[in-house]
Parts: sequence; structure tokens; C-alpha cells
Amino acid sequence: MTAAALAPTPTTAAPAPAAPSAAQVQAAERAAIDAAASGPVLFFLGNAILWLLLATVLGFISSVQLHSPGFLAHCPIFTYGRILPAYNNALGYGWAALSGMGVAIWLLARLCRVQIKWPGVLVTGAIFWQVGLTLGIVQILGGKSTGVEGLEIPGSAAVLMLIGYMLVGLWGALIFGYRRQAPAYISVWYLVAALFWFPWSFGLAHLSLALPSVTGVVQSLIAAWAAQNFLHVFLTAIGLATAYYLIPKVIDRPVHSYHLASTGFWAFILFAGLTGAVRLSGGPLPAWLVTLSIAATILLIVQIVTVSANLLLTMDGQYHMVYHSPTIRFTVFGAIAFTIAGVVGLLASLRSVDRVLHFTLFQSAQTHMLLYAFFSMVMFGAIYYILPRLVGCEWLSSTMITWHFYGAAYGGGMLIILLAISGIASGSALADGEAIFSQIITDGQVYYLGATLAWVLIALGHAIFAFHFLLMLFRIGQPGGEPTLFAPIGEEKH
Amino acid sequence: MNRSLNLFAGIIGSFALSCYALVLLPKSQLGTLPPQTAEDEGKIVDIYPVKNVGVEAGRAVYKAEGCFYCHSQQIRDEQNGTDLERGWGVRRTVARDYIFEKAPVLGSMRLGPDLANVGSPKWRNEQVEEHPKYKPARRDAAWHLLHLYAPRTIIKDSNMPPYRYLFKTVKIGQAPADDALALTGPDAPKAGYQVVPTERAKQLVAYLMSLDRSHPLKEVKGSAPEVAAK
Repeated sequence: MTAAALAPTPTTAAPAPAAPSAAQVQAAERAAIDAAASGPVLFFLGNAILWLLLATVLGFISSVQLHSPGFLAHCPIFTYGRILPAYNNALGYGWAALSGMGVAIWLLARLCRVQIKWPGVLVTGAIFWQVGLTLGIVQILGGKSTGVEGLEIPGSAAVLMLIGYMLVGLWGALIFGYRRQAPAYISVWYLVAALFWFPWSFGLAHLSLALPSVTGVVQSLIAAWAAQNFLHVFLTAIGLATAYYLIPKVIDRPVHSYHLASTGFWAFILFAGLTGAVRLSGGPLPAWLVTLSIAATILLIVQIVTVSANLLLTMDGQYHMVYHSPTIRFTVFGAIAFTIAGVVGLLASLRSVDRVLHFTLFQSAQTHMLLYAFFSMVMFGAIYYILPRLVGCEWLSSTMITWHFYGAAYGGGMLIILLAISGIASGSALADGEAIFSQIITDGQVYYLGATLAWVLIALGHAIFAFHFLLMLFRIGQPGGEPTLFAPIGEEKH
Repeated sequence: MNRSLNLFAGIIGSFALSCYALVLLPKSQLGTLPPQTAEDEGKIVDIYPVKNVGVEAGRAVYKAEGCFYCHSQQIRDEQNGTDLERGWGVRRTVARDYIFEKAPVLGSMRLGPDLANVGSPKWRNEQVEEHPKYKPARRDAAWHLLHLYAPRTIIKDSNMPPYRYLFKTVKIGQAPADDALALTGPDAPKAGYQVVPTERAKQLVAYLMSLDRSHPLKEVKGSAPEVAAK
């Protein structure tokens, strides 16, 4: 079986039980790799956090507008129909994509044991990407969006983003090409898949907007396909690659099963790209398309089960580490969110459920489950791990990390749960054809208010995180060596 | 090297499959869908849908303001919800309804009602706390303009933001303008002034009024027993 034949051997993430001299050599090599990667990776991560702050502000405004529609409504650029896509793009293409690319570059350099050359190319890529994204968001706010959900950024700006991405993707491919570590670890598979998929999907979708021959619902389908690829293939693959790296690394034991890892990967790569049409379930499309995507979503359970089992079994007996290690706490939270998002996604794709939940805020809850509770939390975990290795000092304050975690976990969790309940409530109420629509929407007021409260928590967490990151950039922290932990290992907190 | 080859083959193959199944195949199946035709005195003529270039400007306003983040334009059938019962349409919408639209605004969220047929005379008016002085038999241009300017004066529970920037308040000349809004109470402008729609508001309303996808189609069962469309 191909999958089994491709299973990587447990060399890469395994603890190195080598002689001290060899360990020192390895440590020196890692330090050299980190030093070579530090410039571009810090640039990506720092900029990603700026986008996260912008997205937080936009997300908060759009949340307030749900319960107070008049909020900032007099000003065209702040109207809900412009703020919401600006938020989605700032969060997805700003924070998520940039942090994902930065972490991906660092992981590839580490796992392929390559010292990055010409880091300026990566920085140039990030600049192009962000110039394009900034122009795109300015045009969205200025009422110049393409008007296609998920592809709002106008073509000229998208081209700049794609050029920037190509530089990053090319460097990723070169790192892989020059790797000195074979066979490739499972994280590398996911990263290569992510880096390859994105430009084709993004490029083709934007090209289709420019082609006059693509009209009608085919265009909507392509947009849904691209949006699904971005979230469910590109970002998900980077998030899983990161989790597969961090969890074994921090708890210092190899991944539980390489066969599970490889089975999961092949299920993922085969099915995830076929799920796009669920976004148009019940819509004006041939039934076979939606059926195909529902079937792919159901089959994707193979990946969700294998990845979840693998990560959780790797953690087995080491769960106390969530009390000690910030990286583990964030990453394990993300891994569990991935499992929940996968199962919820499967259930919600079923026609009988989708009938009720389609067109409701439940969709937004699902997106946030994957994009925030899974992906972003794993990225936070990765940043807590990577940054000390790049700047040479440890995080200043475990209290600040704790507060960031509470803000992100409780705020994010609360937001998702409230959006989900609100979606279920309004969806069920709409099943009564006599019920008055506007009243059903207004009945969700308490959830919308709660969601805004959740945003306040999220914003506090992000502000603390950004401040902490800034301190690290100025090398204000604990002396290097021992990681900043919530509690020393050995002292159990209950 | 062999393993990398397998990896690349898998990744490229999976992308090709995804692209084929969800982009190329649907494009070849739906991309050439013609309008519905009918025989008129021996001649085959296109009857529905028709290209309506006159409302493109309004459609652009609809997109620019992001109306589609809260309003869908797709009617699902009885098995998939209460759209028909709710009076949002007389039949479900299908791919043919959108063939002349570049990037149709199907929408994915309903924080407001579906608008696929909002310009149709059959579109149901929700009889809730309508404007006391202003109860049109159907949603005409004046209704839409008033609703855009101050949604809650018409629908008490409306969650729609007021789009005041699509209007301007001007001094009344010799007589009030024909399209001045019939505003009362706190929404009314001060004496001697009137609120009139901008060009963009008029374009948007013209677009909304043009939305009618209730024409019978042969592929939608029960939508038109009386029409002998072929």
C-alpha cells in the first residue's frame, strides 16, 4: 500500500538519544538554521500580528452592528456590508496566511535542515502580499470589492498578493529541494501540499472572475471551491503540520503512529479538495455536485479520526503538560478544536441538518471553529515556541501568556458557541413558514450581545499577546535557555 | 527520491481531481446553458432569463454595499426549507436563472429575507407593524427608498442598517421633489428640508425592482403546468 510505503521513519521529531557531542552539534546546527531564518520569520509573524489586531477591531465592529445596526452606519466605509468582508480578509489573508507562511518557512527550514539563503526574497514576498492585501481591503472599504464572497479583493490587488506568494512558495520549494533530512517528516508532507495547492486555487479563482466566459452559478461554485481550499486545505494543512511538529517536540517523544499519520494525510489530500460545494448545498446547482462534496466531507472523517487519535495518543500520559507549557496548551486546544470542527462539519453537511443551519450564523461558527479555535490557536502555540529561538530570550511573563490564553480560549469559545446556538435557534424557528422573519432575527439579540462581549475578551487577549510579542522584538524577556512555563514541571496544578 | 515523487504525484493528482470535479466539469455542464425558449408563430425565441443591462449599475451598488452578506438570492425547494411557504418565491431557483449574471450574488447568509424575487408582484409583504401612513399594496420604489433610509420605520424589528449616505437632505424648492421620502417623527428632516435619494439609491432600487425569478422553467417540476415550454 502506497500510504504505508510512504510512512516516514521516526527520526525527525524523535528525541535525539545521541552522545552529548552529537547533541551539541545538532544544537549548534539548529541555532544556525534559526539564525538564518529569523529575519524573514520575524517579519512574517510581526506583520501577521498587526493584521490580527486590525481584524480584531473590524470583527468587533461587525459584531456590534449585529445587535445595533445603526452603529457607524452613517459612514459608508464602516457599513456592515463592507466591514464584514474587510474583517474576513484581514483575518484570513492577513493574520492567518502570514502567520501560516512564517511558521511554514521556519518548520521547513528546521525539518529539512536547511539554512535559508537570500532571506530578502521572503521579505519581498511578504511585502508584495501585504501591499496587495492592503490595496484590496482599502478597495473593499471604498465600495470597490468584486462582490464575490471569498474573492472580494479586486484582481489587480490579488495579482500583487499572488506574486508575493510565489516568492514565498518558491523559497519553500527550494528549502524542500535542498533538504538534508530524508525521509521527509509528516509535517513536511502537509506543508508541501499546502504550499502547492494555494496559488493554483487562488489564481484560478481570480482568473475565472476576469474571464467573460465564466458566468452564472459556475462562478459562485468556483468562489466556494477557492474559499474552501483556502481554509480547509491550505490553512488546515499548515495548522496540522505545526501541531504534528510542536506536540512531539515539546513533550519530547515521537509521534504515536506513522501509519496513522500517513493514512490521515492521504485521506486529507484526496477528500478535502472535493468538499467545496457544501457551501452551496440546497442552492441552484446540479444535485450531484453537492452530493459529491457531502460524500467527500463524510469520507474526510478518516483523516479527522486518524489525526486526532494520533495527536491525542502522542499526548497520552503527558496531558499535565498543558499546565506547564504555553505551546502545548495552545496547540492541544487547537488540536481538540480541529477534531470538534471536523465532526461538526460532517454533521452540518448532511442535508437534513444543512436544511436548518444553512444561511444562519452557524456557518460563521463553523468558520471560526476552524480558523480561530484550531488554526489561530496552533499558530499562537507555534509563536510561543519559535520566538525565543529567534530572538535569543524567553517570554517575559507567564501571566501575560495566561491572560492571552484565557482571552483567546474563553472569548473565542464563547463567540463560537453563541454563534452556533444563535444559528440553531434561528434555523429551527425558520422551519415554521408562518414565523415572522425579522422577529426571528431580532430574537437572536441576546446572542449577538454575548458575541460582542466575547469579542472584548478576544481583543484583550490579542492586545496582551501583541504587547508581549513587541517586548520580545526588543529582547525584553527572561534570559534564554529555559522556556517560560505556566508552572514548573513537577508541580501539579489542579 | 521515489518517496518525494509519490508525494508530488499525490498532491498534483489530488489538485487535478478537485479542479476537474468542482471547476472544469461543472463549467462544461453548466457553462453553455441556454435561456429557455418557446415557439412563437413557428419561430424559436428566448423567453427567460433575459439580459437586463439597464440594472447593472444598481447591481454594482448592491455588491459594493455588500447587501449579499445578509440577503441571499436563491430559493430552495420545499425539502430544503420554508422559502416557498414564506412567500419569497413561487418555485426554487436553478442554474438557468443566473446564466446572464457575471458572478451571481447567491449569498450564504440570511440576516435579512431572500431577495431573489423581491421585484415580483407575488413577493409577500410581511404584515408586521408597517409604516402607519404608508402601506402600499406592493413594494414599489417609494417603499424601497424609505426602507433603505430608515428600515425600522417600516419593519419594526428590522436588523438592517439605515443607508442614509445613499440620500441627501436638501432645501425644498418651490415644491417638494417627486421622490422626496415620506418621513415622519424623528426621521423627518427639519422644516423646509426634504430627503431625496442619490443616483446610487435610485439605481439600487431599480435593480431590486428588477429581481424576479418566478418565470416558469421546464426543469422545475410544478413551476408551470400551463406553460408548454420545450
